[in-house]
Amino acid sequence: MLSPGLNRRVIARRRERGLFLLAVPALLLLGVLFAWPVLRLLAMSVEGGTLEHFRKAALDGLYVSVLLESMKVAGMVTAICLVLAYPVAFWLSRAGRLGLALGMFALLLPFWTSVLVRTYAWLVLLGRNGVINRALRDWGWIEVPLPLLHNMTGVLIGMVHVLLPYMVLPIYASLLRIDPDLPRAAEGLGAPAWRAFLRVTFPLSLPGVSAGCALIFVLSLGFFITPALLGGGRVIMVSMLIEQQVREFLNWPFAAALSTVLLVATLAIYALIGRLTRGSRLATH
Amino acid sequence: MRRTRRRSAGNIVLGIFAAAVFAFLLLPLLVVFPISLSSAAYLQFPPPGYSWQWYQRYLDDPSWIEATLRSVQVATLCTVLAMALGVPLAFFLVRSRFPGVRVLDRVTAAPIIVPTIILSIALYGVFARLQLIGAWYGLAVAHAVLALPFVVILVSAGLRGFDEAQEQAAAGLGATWPRIIWRVTLPQLRPSLVSAAFLSFISSFDELVVAMFLSGASMTLPKKMFDNILMEIDPTIAAVSVLQILLVSVALGLTSLFGRGALTTTITR
Repeated sequence: MLSPGLNRRVIARRRERGLFLLAVPALLLLGVLFAWPVLRLLAMSVEGGTLEHFRKAALDGLYVSVLLESMKVAGMVTAICLVLAYPVAFWLSRAGRLGLALGMFALLLPFWTSVLVRTYAWLVLLGRNGVINRALRDWGWIEVPLPLLHNMTGVLIGMVHVLLPYMVLPIYASLLRIDPDLPRAAEGLGAPAWRAFLRVTFPLSLPGVSAGCALIFVLSLGFFITPALLGGGRVIMVSMLIEQQVREFLNWPFAAALSTVLLVATLAIYALIGRLTRGSRLATH
Repeated sequence: MRRTRRRSAGNIVLGIFAAAVFAFLLLPLLVVFPISLSSAAYLQFPPPGYSWQWYQRYLDDPSWIEATLRSVQVATLCTVLAMALGVPLAFFLVRSRFPGVRVLDRVTAAPIIVPTIILSIALYGVFARLQLIGAWYGLAVAHAVLALPFVVILVSAGLRGFDEAQEQAAAGLGATWPRIIWRVTLPQLRPSLVSAAFLSFISSFDELVVAMFLSGASMTLPKKMFDNILMEIDPTIAAVSVLQILLVSVALGLTSLFGRGALTTTITR
């Protein structure tokens, strides 16, 4: 007869083994079709023991400007999304049942609609003879069509449209987690509503803000479809450069070096914003 | 008195702002409806007249139908794989006390964070060597890698809200483990499971970047749409878009009926 303590340990070990077996197939898939191919690609960048490809990526003005432009686009998309998303999330957090249902529908329907469908729609809306320019001309507001497509404006509009829900939802979630008594207490102690918002509600919602910013920055840094279709060749992102190196020039080592740079930048930004979030969380408690 | 009036003025401004953002989000979806019904052969807005010709052309063109069927096939296999592998993985990640489990949790989420273009060319290299370029099941497996993190996030969230004591009670009453999981645990996870399956399906059905590299000459629907947009703006694609929007609306309605809002937790976390 086993002692009860030993018996419990045996059961616990058996349970751990069973749980681990459940994970094996998925971990194999991730290992074989994610970790290994990606590491193999990264290794190609230093093939032959040379850092030549990284030097080209870091010193050639053309590639540096593409990297900087990608950063700029990602930064602008993140900033625009934040400015648009925060008021919407705040409105949603205080909306009634009907408002919430309608708002969620307006957020989720585009979210689940194919990026291609939405990009196509923006082509129709923003073109020289598109819906928007046509309407503005018919109303006599403009004479020459506005350049909305095949430039930075078009790319920003398209990307913000795709990524906006990723910003609204985390902010909305963190606003919901705030105890409504806290801003009420601040107002009860004589703070005007705007002050209660700035000093109580807003700081408490920062975890959602930074989660949204991290996600959007990282996703827009690697964006491909929208800039390729709406940028008209005038906005080149790193991802487009990588695709071109592989498909047109078959220059795998250089594509691998660019991928390494993109991946390192992505992970660094993600980790950095994660750390900032933890800091702000500590500060608010 | 003054204060309530000022606050309600603020609320009105906020409401107008929110309505404008919602309009911005919905506008592109609304504009494709009239265009898909246009009688003009090229893009014209507002349409000079109405007809069903672009829907007819979509249905009559075997290359569109083939691409659609291939995408459905890929997305179905992707969903089956992502669920079959992701649900057990979620059980492990939530319940194991193994010290490395937090690291594995991070590794599982990695396919969301690593830019898709990197995974695409990495897999392109491997698949080219294995001569899997153009094989629909190869693409489905690749899509399952991308869908797996979503399944894990959704099912883990559901599992954390589940009271394990119910399983012990069932075990105490003599039920076997497979039976307990099947009859006690999984039925209560249904909202998360429905949402996870929906998400996997849509994520694969809409995926373009990986498909561009791995599908070779056999088009998926997104790739066909991409090529179509690049070459000419023909209202056929508007008809395809409308069909997709309607499909998603129906699926979204069904999921919110059976998924009880679990969908939003993916992105809210």
